[in-house]
Amino acid sequence: MLRLEQVVKEYKTGDRALNGIDLQVPQGQVLALIGPSGAGKSTLIRCVNRLVEPTSGAVYLGDLEITTLGSSGLRRARRRMGMIFQEYALVERLTVMENVLSGRLGYVGFWRSYFRRFPREDVAEAFRLLSRVGLDHMVDKRADELSGGQRQRVGIARALIQNPELLLVDEPTASLDPKTSRQIMRLICELCQERTLAAVVNIHDVPLARMYAERVVGLRQGVIVYDGTPEGLSNQVLTEIYGEEDWDASDTGETGPSKPDPTRPTSKPDVEHLVGM
Amino acid sequence: MSAATATRAWKRPALISNPRWRWAIWIGAGVYLAFAFGTLEINWGRLQEGLPRGQRFLASFFPPDFGSRADSILDGILESLWMTVTSTVIGVLISIPVGLGAARNLAPRPIYLLCRGVVAIARTFPEVILAIFFVKLFGFGPFAGFLALSVGTVGFYAKLLAEDIEDMDPVPPEAVLATGASWFQWLNYAVQPQVIPRMIGLAVYRLDINFRESAVVGIVGGGGIGATLLTAFDRYEFDSAAAILLIIIAIVMAVEYSSGFVRRWVQ
Repeated sequence: MLRLEQVVKEYKTGDRALNGIDLQVPQGQVLALIGPSGAGKSTLIRCVNRLVEPTSGAVYLGDLEITTLGSSGLRRARRRMGMIFQEYALVERLTVMENVLSGRLGYVGFWRSYFRRFPREDVAEAFRLLSRVGLDHMVDKRADELSGGQRQRVGIARALIQNPELLLVDEPTASLDPKTSRQIMRLICELCQERTLAAVVNIHDVPLARMYAERVVGLRQGVIVYDGTPEGLSNQVLTEIYGEEDWDASDTGETGPSKPDPTRPTSKPDVEHLVGM
Repeated sequence: MSAATATRAWKRPALISNPRWRWAIWIGAGVYLAFAFGTLEINWGRLQEGLPRGQRFLASFFPPDFGSRADSILDGILESLWMTVTSTVIGVLISIPVGLGAARNLAPRPIYLLCRGVVAIARTFPEVILAIFFVKLFGFGPFAGFLALSVGTVGFYAKLLAEDIEDMDPVPPEAVLATGASWFQWLNYAVQPQVIPRMIGLAVYRLDINFRESAVVGIVGGGGIGATLLTAFDRYEFDSAAAILLIIIAIVMAVEYSSGFVRRWVQ
């Protein structure tokens, strides 16, 4: 379904965000991409739909090589990939319906979209999706009137109305409270199952990734250091991805309390030490 | 906690870290200001003579006479109004492509530089200078004034439009691009909603500016109420001039009030 071959991204500043990524995602698989901040997770999914141009390497969607497409070919390829964002990325002054229908922009001409005269089936599908995500009573509300969880549901509906084969999901829960986070992750997974959609989900929250993903890929400094089942995420593996930390003490989240590590005195919060500096 | 830590002092880092430079700049600015005021040569005697003259001048404004020159005042006002409206509309229409091109996050480098150049040139000359220039080119009358105000509008509006686009939240546009939208669709769905309230507010504000400028432009031959005002002064008809000034003030206030209303409405 999705195949990355030796994808490298080097920013103009000389930072290598991705260092030769090889990855295959079969149809219908929900893959969680975990790793510390700056590991290249966001860059990786943006290289897939070329919101970020990869420096070298190839990305295939099915048999189609995305990396060599011209601008109209790229537009057609982007229609097949829905994207969901951390800060929802809704256009705040547009209504919920306009935000959802913007997922069809790749399929309709400029004047149709300008006058908001989308094909009848598109509007019907938008209504259906909004009721699927539980927002059918919010159709004409402006996006900035919605709560975080509601906005993310609109974001999901916008991605799904593209009728994509692949979902690219960038930190979908980072701005949400724990309960809403679970609901959103559950919704994404259910929808992927209903439609046998493949999804690459960037996620900060390791327990959440464990709970919902079929496969976990760990990224560290632009290199894949783990690729396996959620069950295989041992403390040793987490250490390899994130660096030294007492993983058992933080079962409820990444930022749980940590016990001082006698072998690395600088990594523990040492009040006396800090005061004396 | 040791005693040494307790007595450590802290000062906010200075804007200019080198103390010599800091003091040199402060002292230099002070000295320059002192000299600048010194060269003003305020002549208290002349100021004293001028004040009663101003009083007489103001007194001759009253009572304002709306009646005896009503026809030419009305003509002037109407001419100014259409000059204002047409130049604002044309100026804003030209500003849209120029402003899009002058936004760094939208336009490729050569187009960006070209459009920034157009904006810079349009902004270099104040409306009065432009009006003098266009009067020389196309003769006296409101057409010259219309051109001057249109160019002035482009310099103002395109620059602020470009800056508003550069300041927009980049994430929603990224999302719309990711759906496979074309460039124009992207502009319509992701960029326009973010900039439109400010753009409407600025257009109304520019309407206000253009009306006031139309009075100034008229004085150098650009037609409109300014021409009528100048004629009134030339004939020493200060009461008619006062009437004209009052009408200008009333219209500016009306536009000001309605612009506040429009801005609240588009939010």
